[in-house]
Amino acid sequence: MIRDRKPPVSPFVKGEERGFAAWALPAAVLAGLSLSFAIPAYGLVNKYQQMILMYVGINIILAVSLNLVNGYMGEFSLGSAGFMAVGAYTASFVTVRLLPAAFVHLALAPDALLCWGFPLAVLAGGLMAALFGLLVAFPSFKTRGDYLALVTLAFLMIVKSAIENLDVIGGPRGFLGMKRLTTLPWVYAWTVLTLLVIRNFVYSRFGRGVLAVREDEIAAELTGVDTRRAKFLAFTLSAFFSGVAGGLFAHLLQFISPRVFDIIKSTDVLIMVYLGGIASIGGSVLGATLYTVLLEALRPSAVAWAFGWLPPALLEPLNTHVIAHLNVWRMVIMPLLLVLVMLYRPRGIMGLREMRWLVPRRDREATGR
Amino acid sequence: MSALLEVRNLTHWFGGLCAVSDFSVAVAPGELVGVIGPNGAGKTTVFNLITGVYRATSGSIRFGGEELVGRAPHAIARLGIARTFQNIRLFRDLSVLDNVRTALDGHARYGALEALGRFGRFGGEEQRIIAEARELLALLKLDHLAGEAACNLPYGLQRRLEIARALALRPRLLLLDEPAAGMNPNEIGQLMEFIAWVRTRFDLTILLIEHQMRLVMGICERLAVLDFGATIAAGTPAEVRADPKLLEAYLGVEDPAGDREGCAP
Repeated sequence: MIRDRKPPVSPFVKGEERGFAAWALPAAVLAGLSLSFAIPAYGLVNKYQQMILMYVGINIILAVSLNLVNGYMGEFSLGSAGFMAVGAYTASFVTVRLLPAAFVHLALAPDALLCWGFPLAVLAGGLMAALFGLLVAFPSFKTRGDYLALVTLAFLMIVKSAIENLDVIGGPRGFLGMKRLTTLPWVYAWTVLTLLVIRNFVYSRFGRGVLAVREDEIAAELTGVDTRRAKFLAFTLSAFFSGVAGGLFAHLLQFISPRVFDIIKSTDVLIMVYLGGIASIGGSVLGATLYTVLLEALRPSAVAWAFGWLPPALLEPLNTHVIAHLNVWRMVIMPLLLVLVMLYRPRGIMGLREMRWLVPRRDREATGR
Repeated sequence: MSALLEVRNLTHWFGGLCAVSDFSVAVAPGELVGVIGPNGAGKTTVFNLITGVYRATSGSIRFGGEELVGRAPHAIARLGIARTFQNIRLFRDLSVLDNVRTALDGHARYGALEALGRFGRFGGEEQRIIAEARELLALLKLDHLAGEAACNLPYGLQRRLEIARALALRPRLLLLDEPAAGMNPNEIGQLMEFIAWVRTRFDLTILLIEHQMRLVMGICERLAVLDFGATIAAGTPAEVRADPKLLEAYLGVEDPAGDREGCAP
């Protein structure tokens, strides 16, 4: 009780013992950044593992941005892959067509400069996707729930068939020519930026408006929340970062086609969100990491490598009876895991809860928790 | 004296059903006016029309001189009209503090970019909102529950939190939709004191819908009686109580003791 009577927030109040020092988070972010440079430079892990790390980052961006709409706003969007496709194609078009042409025009050496144009290309991808997010936000003013889910599904199908019919970007054959511009530091930087921006959004009046829309749209309006603006912001911001993820993805895979961005891709992101937990940024980080790493770890080669230390007498039967069948079974194990999580934690691992280090200090202290 | 809220010839049709017909009421600043009537009489519809949930078929609603018909509900709320609901509609999974903060957010002065980068006016405004929310919660004796999810509160406290959220809008007019629903006589007595206290403490004009005759007769200064969407009687509680039309339409046979509660079916 006495603690409650203290002025709730003061810059001089030292966090309690369980709190983190103010410099801990920035320090961890910087340490991560240097690690992201060190890993490829010194080959701390092999190329394949570096690629997995990059996919983890891209999937975190996708999951966190989808969580904004599905978890925080309580809608059900199936459009992830659509926004990702828009971002991927836009960013690729910029690095393959626009930038080289511009460099030639300005009599600059293209290749050396391309890596500096890359963040611009990714940004362009994000902005274009945000524009499409804005379009999807309009039907959400009128409809919600299952029907809005269908609208997002329709959006995904429209994007896919539009790309298939656009010859400029390769149509159904796909688009290539991208350099491998996506590097671990870039993925890391964009991931941190996504987490930071969406965290800041959620812990602001705009984020609380989005949460109020989820809880009770009518009550939200009558409490002074402009629900249209809330939906508009959530969809646009979510689409922007999905587009960013698409841009990074395209320059990692170096080949994109309409088939890459189908409903299965959207479902993957949905699984990460609901596995990690709705309305939780930490949950989405966890969900995306678990899903990506586990799917890779269950590959026969990975498991065989992990058990390589076993004596051959044991390894041999393990190989023939278990590991050889994993390619089939890993597609059973993952969904099974999801069913189990849903049974025992219906809102996902971190559903509606947040990791402490992600909650701004002011909000942590405001509720005395 | 000019009225704070002036409803004139308000009519609303749901398809072929006339829910409110030619309803008029004027509420002066500081007044406490009750709207009573049997279930389905159109009372809540009147509230939904005033707050902009529905758009009136015809008629006018003026609040402090401004026309409300055609405005978005959130704009009407920010003009200073707050309400509670017949069946509690809190943000159930949000904390008690966030329920109140959401209402205060309308008064925050920072833009989306300031929020995304946490710079500029953001910090000061957020701090002010938290302080204000905690002050309001303390006033309503809910501050020890600030971090609790709203759905974990007992029924009575949920009702109080709903009023706290409404007050956080800093309204001039408070609409209470059956605040005594589900309360026993003892709790109704406390509620009457609470409403009177809130009214003076926050300098409010109150319009309330209620079935509990004891509450209505006890605290309302004027009453409007609705039946089948039409106003059938209006005046002070004593006048309304004596009006034969009311007895016929709403109270049925008069109770000799005159203080029977919950006359509605």
